[in-house]
Amino acid sequence: MTNLIIAALLLFLLGLAYQQGWSRSQAVATATGTRLHSRPVYHGALAAVWVLVPAVLVLGLWTAIGPDMTRNFILSQLPPDIAALEGNALNSAVARIMALSSGSGVAGTVEPYEAAAAQALDQFRLLSYLVVIGAAAGTGVLALLLVRRRIVPRLRARNEIEMVVRLALLACSAIAVLTTFGIVASLFNEAIRFFTFVNPLDFFFGTVWNPGFATTGTGAVGQYGILPLLWGTVMVAAIAMLVALPIGLMTAIYLSQYASRRVRDVVKPIIEILAGIPTIVYGFFALVTVGPALSGFGQAIGIDIRSTSALTAGLVMGIMIIPFISSLTDDILRQVPISLRDGSLGLGATPSETIRRVLLPAALPGIVGAFLLAVSRAIGETMIVVLAAGNSPVLRANPAEPISTVTVTIVNQLTGDSDFAGPQSLVAFALGLTLFVMTLGLNVFALYIVRRFREQYE
Amino acid sequence: MTISSSGPSTSAADEAKRARIRASLARRHLTERIFKGLGVAAVVTALALVGTLFWMVISKGYPAFTQANVALEVYFDPEIIDVDAAPVRAAGQSDADFRAQNLAWQRQVTLANWNAIVEQAVRDAAPAGFEIDARSALALVETGERHRLRDLFVANPALLGQRVPVEMLASANTDNWLKGTINRDLEDSRQQLSAQTRALADQLLENGTISFKFAWHIFTNVDSRSAPASAGLAGAFVGSLYMMLIVILLAVPIGVASAIYLEEFAPKNRWTDLIEVNINNLAAVPSIVFGLLGAAAFIQYFGLPRSAPIVGGLVLTLMTLPTIIIATRSSLRAVPPSLRQAALGLGASKTQMVFHHVLPVTLPGILTATIIGVAQALGETAPLLIIGMNAFVASIPATPFDQASALPAQIYLWQGNENRNFFEARTSAAIMVLLALMLALNAIAVLLRRRLERRG
Amino acid sequence: MDMMAGKFAANVTPLEEGMSLSDHPIRLEARDVCVHYGAKQALYDVSIDIPDRAVTAFIGPSGCGKSTFLRCINRMNDTIEGARVTGRIALDGEDVYDRSLDVVELRARVGMVFQKPNPFPKSIFENVAYGPKIHGMVRNKAEAEEVVVSSLKRAGLFEEVKDRLHEPGTGLSGGQQQRLCIARAIATRPEVLLMDEPCSALDPIATAIIEELIDELRENFTIVIVTHSMQQAARVSQKTAFFHLGKLIEEGDTANIFTNPAKKQTQDYIMGRIG
Repeated sequence: MTNLIIAALLLFLLGLAYQQGWSRSQAVATATGTRLHSRPVYHGALAAVWVLVPAVLVLGLWTAIGPDMTRNFILSQLPPDIAALEGNALNSAVARIMALSSGSGVAGTVEPYEAAAAQALDQFRLLSYLVVIGAAAGTGVLALLLVRRRIVPRLRARNEIEMVVRLALLACSAIAVLTTFGIVASLFNEAIRFFTFVNPLDFFFGTVWNPGFATTGTGAVGQYGILPLLWGTVMVAAIAMLVALPIGLMTAIYLSQYASRRVRDVVKPIIEILAGIPTIVYGFFALVTVGPALSGFGQAIGIDIRSTSALTAGLVMGIMIIPFISSLTDDILRQVPISLRDGSLGLGATPSETIRRVLLPAALPGIVGAFLLAVSRAIGETMIVVLAAGNSPVLRANPAEPISTVTVTIVNQLTGDSDFAGPQSLVAFALGLTLFVMTLGLNVFALYIVRRFREQYE
Repeated sequence: MTISSSGPSTSAADEAKRARIRASLARRHLTERIFKGLGVAAVVTALALVGTLFWMVISKGYPAFTQANVALEVYFDPEIIDVDAAPVRAAGQSDADFRAQNLAWQRQVTLANWNAIVEQAVRDAAPAGFEIDARSALALVETGERHRLRDLFVANPALLGQRVPVEMLASANTDNWLKGTINRDLEDSRQQLSAQTRALADQLLENGTISFKFAWHIFTNVDSRSAPASAGLAGAFVGSLYMMLIVILLAVPIGVASAIYLEEFAPKNRWTDLIEVNINNLAAVPSIVFGLLGAAAFIQYFGLPRSAPIVGGLVLTLMTLPTIIIATRSSLRAVPPSLRQAALGLGASKTQMVFHHVLPVTLPGILTATIIGVAQALGETAPLLIIGMNAFVASIPATPFDQASALPAQIYLWQGNENRNFFEARTSAAIMVLLALMLALNAIAVLLRRRLERRG
Repeated sequence: MDMMAGKFAANVTPLEEGMSLSDHPIRLEARDVCVHYGAKQALYDVSIDIPDRAVTAFIGPSGCGKSTFLRCINRMNDTIEGARVTGRIALDGEDVYDRSLDVVELRARVGMVFQKPNPFPKSIFENVAYGPKIHGMVRNKAEAEEVVVSSLKRAGLFEEVKDRLHEPGTGLSGGQQQRLCIARAIATRPEVLLMDEPCSALDPIATAIIEELIDELRENFTIVIVTHSMQQAARVSQKTAFFHLGKLIEEGDTANIFTNPAKKQTQDYIMGRIG
């Protein structure tokens, strides 16, 4: 209800200011007989901005400090013995009074002091509400009067409005930068807290991962060696690239160089479906289908393959990355000028000789870039490894055994833990920071290569 | 036809050259065929993988959309439901008091032995002379159904002493047994259901008391642990809906605005270069890192609630922003300069040119990018785990600030459920719902694009 | 007409003393060649004879089908999706579109130089050695070096690049790049050399050098050149064919075509009345 009134008030102020700006500018123009610099629409919009900003600021201020003020008022109305209560008891006393005041009533008998406080609260609420509304409306109207005086034919209302628009746009594009800043700041902040528990050297060069349990208290610091996790990450990513690179590359080559347009128009979208499938689905596919299949295959040929292992996770992650590699490579092969292909074919080279000896070498930087981007994606991928890698943070060389990765461990350490107090949960941020730095390095490098490659043929 | 007049020596050299070329031709053509074959093999493999994935999901998930229902006649036995009359609001009674009274009555109703009612209904449905103990009888029907009987009664206390036909869900284990998702040849000790329940289920299926019906409750119920057969996606669906609304409301305007600024207004200098690099990188930052940002910044620092769609929506907004910015920028770049010059030439300011002339042309591109970005966000899982959206929530969130699950997080929860036989199908069904939503979004994107482009 | 004759007559490269074009045996013979791109017909019933060891120029306004016809000779149109060629083109009496003919071998015999210089992003040496290597014409490094050096010399580029044979070919100037492409084409020792507007991307000085080179290469190769510059056709060719709207309008001795065209369209084109 109150929100509706406030919204109505703002709308009314907005409309009033717009109308005033519009008509005033018209009036001024006719009175002085000069031409307006900007059309009345812009004067109206400018007036609206001028009026709305202070009103919204007042309201914003109240939303920020209002609840605290209300609570303090209630506390001041309580008898000293109740006000001296702490924690939940005090909160429930305050809640009872608020419930009484709002008219929904409370269970049990109402103490006299409660009724009195509720009544006082009612008055306080009404008063503060009127004051706030009045202040918002007042500043709005004040601003309107000021802005009316500014309206003269020379006023460059359009330019000012455009300035406001431009500032708003700038603010929006700052958000992307702020996000990066936020990521770095929050990861750093929590990681540094983690390093007050654990020596960074033990973290980065430790070969044992055994963090212990958060329930054993913060005193019990486990072992936080990141190497087994990094090893698992690298192993899964390597297997994934072994699967994705040949298939993705050959798919892109076939579709861009050999396939007829009709085949390409059908096959490309189908393969791109793979790129749109959520990773949790791949994880489930690995867990339910690929893992058991691999394990059965291993049994058939006499090798022990666990159904959740680096192999399972890597294989499925490779499938996920195929469309990534193939569409990037396809893009890049398209950038290679067709004249190179013609030049080679014109000399009598077969298509495959042309591809292998001219096109691929020419596209190599771009393909390397695509490869690195794919690696970065593989090491940051989470759900597939959470479900299918087996979660066993031990240094092992055998890909048929379960492993764990950086991302899996981040999920494990943070699940079910909401206060980041102990090293058990803080370590997730140190791991996240490591992951961020690794992927950032790969991305910057890869994007740089790809960009230079594009410029070469532009 | 005359042949070349070249001298004999040149001709011999030509012949020698040709001989050399011919000598290697067979090998070269073989290599060509092998290479092309590898290409075909790669394409076929990729297609086969898409096929396998979909076949796996659909073949596993399809059966979950029908579920065994038991049609029972329930007798609301006054001897078992031994409760006072439902309270009636007295004149002058306060809201709070009436609510307290009503709650006390409901508590009393809840304490009645509803299991006995269900058990009796099962016995009544069993063929004459069929011996079954209480536990086995109850195991046939989903445990949550007794709460449904109670709710029926609370809503209509006049049911007391009446016989009413009620269609109940069979328990997850019964469903497994009847669908054969559990091995029917396992020995007794490894079966989830007693021999009596199994036999009764088979007989009831035969005489039509048990039948398979479309499981609407997958869409209308919330998640449930105690009554797995009745678990549904409604809560997760609403959670995802809230998040998508937040993404659309925030990411689209902010993304389009910053794309416009960077492409049309920003001076080309070191700073904008840096912003460009930064946005490209942001698009490639692992999603789990965004989850960490959400946990540290939104939950810890700003004190937003854990497991709430508001946090999930904000995190996904930040993740989707780069996608929308990059796509919008490239469609802005594709607008021919002639259009801009025409607008500027007519005396439009730069802002007018952008908003009146350039932006409308790029609308299809922006729209497609938005939908693709939203579809991507819809399926994102890892960051949701970090901000606690994989918590078990058995209610539909009323606001984005309430605890909630989301579709992908629900899939994650269900795939980890101990009742594998039942939940493998349930999970696949949830995946089918998620994929169908994403497919629908993409189809909408394609259609809208076509329509807008034709109009433009 | 007289004025026009005077404009071109001085430029025409005369044939060897006492030798007329009819003394050159016919190397390539095209009969009723039609080309369709999908549903669109690009070339209508072209029949022409190309003499051995002489330069034949195809002229005509852009889009007239001259390049399309050129690309039929070494079957480069095969690489364009939807292109269909009918009719007969014979090289030394062998139909190049015959099933039994290997297109790889054909292209080793019929080299091609393109409109824009297109050196591979490899070293100068590797660019020239590419053809001989893929065709198995050289067996070792020494043989390769010999071919590279002789080809570069023939293309008149050797002196300019002999110190940087292992630097990338893309680092050369436009004219040098085009001569590199010519060296690359003649390294496989083709019998016929097709040139598709080889000078259109070059400045006048580089053009003059290439034209001089073409004149020298005529000694050893049958050359077919597509050009949009009538002056160039007049300077380098002995035979000229004029294409318009996908049809071969007129062909004959270059001197005749320019001084005394038989068809009105040819005349209009030479006078600059068709663009």
